[in-house]
Amino acid sequence: MPIEIDIAHVARLARIELSDQQLADYRAQLGVILDHAARVQELPTDGVAPTSHPLDMVNAFRDDVVSPSLDRDEVLSQAPDAINGFFRVPPSLDNE
Amino acid sequence: MKWEPVIGIEVHVELETQSKMFCGCAVDFEAEPNTNVCPVCLGLPGALPVPNRTAIEWITKIGLAFNCSISERSQFHRKNYFYSDQPKNYQISQFDVPVCHDGWIDVTVDGETSRIRVNRAHMEEDTGKSIHVGESGRIHSATETLLNFNRAGVPLVEIVSEADIRSAAQARAYAQDLRTVVAALGVSDAKLEEGSIRFDANVSIRPVGTEPFGTKVEVKNMNSFRSLERAVDYEILRQADVLDQGGTVDQETRHWDEGEGVTHSMRSKEGSSDYRYFPEPDLLPIEVTEEWRNEIAATLPELPSARAARYVGLGVDADSATSLAGSEPLMVMFESSLAAGAPAQVAANWLTGEVTAWSRRESTDITDSALTGQHVAQLAAMVEANSLSSTAAKEVLGHVLAGEGDPADVAAAHDLIQISDSGALESAVDQVIGENEDQFARLAGGEDKLIGFFVGQVMRVTGGKADPRAVTDIIRSRIG
Repeated sequence: MPIEIDIAHVARLARIELSDQQLADYRAQLGVILDHAARVQELPTDGVAPTSHPLDMVNAFRDDVVSPSLDRDEVLSQAPDAINGFFRVPPSLDNE
Repeated sequence: MKWEPVIGIEVHVELETQSKMFCGCAVDFEAEPNTNVCPVCLGLPGALPVPNRTAIEWITKIGLAFNCSISERSQFHRKNYFYSDQPKNYQISQFDVPVCHDGWIDVTVDGETSRIRVNRAHMEEDTGKSIHVGESGRIHSATETLLNFNRAGVPLVEIVSEADIRSAAQARAYAQDLRTVVAALGVSDAKLEEGSIRFDANVSIRPVGTEPFGTKVEVKNMNSFRSLERAVDYEILRQADVLDQGGTVDQETRHWDEGEGVTHSMRSKEGSSDYRYFPEPDLLPIEVTEEWRNEIAATLPELPSARAARYVGLGVDADSATSLAGSEPLMVMFESSLAAGAPAQVAANWLTGEVTAWSRRESTDITDSALTGQHVAQLAAMVEANSLSSTAAKEVLGHVLAGEGDPADVAAAHDLIQISDSGALESAVDQVIGENEDQFARLAGGEDKLIGFFVGQVMRVTGGKADPRAVTDIIRSRIG
């Protein structure tokens, strides 16, 4: 059974503007992927611990030691706009 | 309708590690803007995060202090959202398996103690700082935003309570107790005014006696305990007003305006699924083994509630004990005063009284004053030996705090030493009796209230430095 996808919602969350044609295409393509995931979910996994990572490793940490940061002028030279050591961006309040 | 508030508190604590959560950039809030940034905390393509071990130890410490269970295995998730203070467009956080879960603390308001459950404490990273620039200086009319990413990636612990809080006063008490514990752990400087500890409140109301929760509103931007209490109180009344008039409460985030004393709507809250949480593929799971957890538990300091109870056991009154145990500088000074031999209640009175008042007045930390525990003990000994009156002792304390020297020198320099040398006092008493023979005859004849007159005269003769109790004893001995 095909899985319903609110493709417009997904596009909005990703801040991507899509044409009606693209919406239809991506809905179909994502549907195939989700169908596959649904099939995987049918596997009997009782007693199998959830895995979020392919490697059988834990605790790759670093010591709490300071290492050099980047040169600020170099960093800001990559930004579209900067002033007085700050990045300058359009006003942002809404999480939209 | 009578309404019951249902409140939960979310607390963000910035850890005072040397370096950030996932990279080696320094944690330093005084640095020039954007000088502590690197490919990892700027979210540059290909950069890989590596977690700070100390931060994991410290969140475990926090969890243990709040009676939480520590997950043997937890993992990081990406929380996806678009906002300019987060350069990666996601925040590394934790979702279904936080490091700490299911704890509690006991909170007391007006003598009534309630257990507030802690749902979880999880590890995440802080965002950058935005400055909204505009003509009015108000966030709503900003014309541009300036970004400083020095704070982006600083280790942040979010502690989420259950919705167990039932009043604004209780919300404040919970927040204060939580801050006290975090400060005692030494993992954060936990200063509200500097934003190193931040409180948000989730507030809803329901008819008294009913179970289902109402629609909750998240209230942000409280930068003192007082404003937290005011904001929660305001929000309870606002919601009751809306519902009493037949309206509905919107699920939203509201911004507390300290000046106006009201909350303003900010934005509709994105549902949890809209953050599209998924396991952070760049990070391995965290495993806190029982052995590691026990090692961390062994580093826990005495917690404020236990410390306060110990002080009460030493004879200190409950309020002073709580004040002393809840403040690191006061606690340190009190402990060193005790070690130097000062009686507990005397030291407690001075530290919570004059010394605290001095610290507020001078805006100086007690630790930065000239006062030592040795001084407190000396001063107490001088009062005990009657060479200082308790009033004079407070004056001496002020001079010692100001750095004028040790109590004996200061008392001598300011001519505050009480005369308790019995020879000097006896001759003063005899002089006064000689000058007032009629009154003395009446006193001796049973007019006892004249004792006050004689003590006063002796104080005059000695320039106010006589020990009134000793003087009274001598006068009585002359009558007998």
